Amino acid sequence: MKVWLVVAAVGAGTALLKAAGPVFLDRRPMPPRLQRMLTLLAPACLAALILVQVLEGDEGIVLDERLLGVGAAIVAAAFRAPIWVTVGVAAAVTALARLI
Amino acid sequence: MIRMERGYRQGARAMLPLVVPVVGFGVAFGVLAREAGMGVLAPVVMSATTFAGSAQFAAASILEVGGSAAAAIAAALLLNARYTPIGLTVAGAIEGPGWLRLLRSQLIADESWAIATTREGVDGGRLIGAGLVLYATWVTSTLVGALGARVIGDPETLGLDAAFPAVFVALLAPQLKGRRAPLAAALGALIALALLPWAPAGVPVIAATAAILVGWSR
Repeated sequence: MKVWLVVAAVGAGTALLKAAGPVFLDRRPMPPRLQRMLTLLAPACLAALILVQVLEGDEGIVLDERLLGVGAAIVAAAFRAPIWVTVGVAAAVTALARLI
Repeated sequence: MIRMERGYRQGARAMLPLVVPVVGFGVAFGVLAREAGMGVLAPVVMSATTFAGSAQFAAASILEVGGSAAAAIAAALLLNARYTPIGLTVAGAIEGPGWLRLLRSQLIADESWAIATTREGVDGGRLIGAGLVLYATWVTSTLVGALGARVIGDPETLGLDAAFPAVFVALLAPQLKGRRAPLAAALGALIALALLPWAPAGVPVIAATAAILVGWSR
């Protein structure tokens, strides 16, 4: 029962969070300032996601092999490597560092 | 319409490098959920309806240690609160009547949104193509994990936890042009870094969205 309560509440809540913009902001023209700011959401949010996913531990910040992997990914991206190379390099470097 | 169809294919193809990492974490979620006493069906339904990895892991982890339903729900929804600002950037890009936009918006996940985002804004076709590949992979691999099959090794041993930030690096790099985008990225990272050691999970990324204020004035 408890499990299904969680599944239903998280599912419904998440659906609303995702749908709010696309459903309610239909075609109403956004003010130019808001539009301009929203184009910056991708860089701001992606940078934050990278940081959190590289440093997040069970409690607070953990520095581990992920740093090396993502460092390698940054080098690959700087050389304009295709995505699968960037992803592969990050996973391989992280796995190797853990092996050593 | 033709443009939209090309977008589907481009989005689907761009998602392919992430299929192996997604399988790794989908299976891991299924295994964790089973250990948390969620059974087989509930984790699969959760993957199909919530479709957001970090929130699902958070909810299952809380249930596993005997936490309350309210704690699991609150933690998961806090992690997913970022999808409302993210959804605002998608608003103009997906078409159709309200119910169809509601359905299509469910394909928003960090990875599909990042793949769909170009310097000109979000491409609705790419979002749907990338989202469908991600969705099918995520739900199927959850089922495999919940059935107890370890088709793939421990995702961390394989370094797959570094694959997601790596793909965000690859997608962020071409956007760092002009004056404001690099500033927004740096500020977003700083805000997240400042909050990460002590704020509840999910808060650092939501707070980082405040970095878009660098676009306030021309």
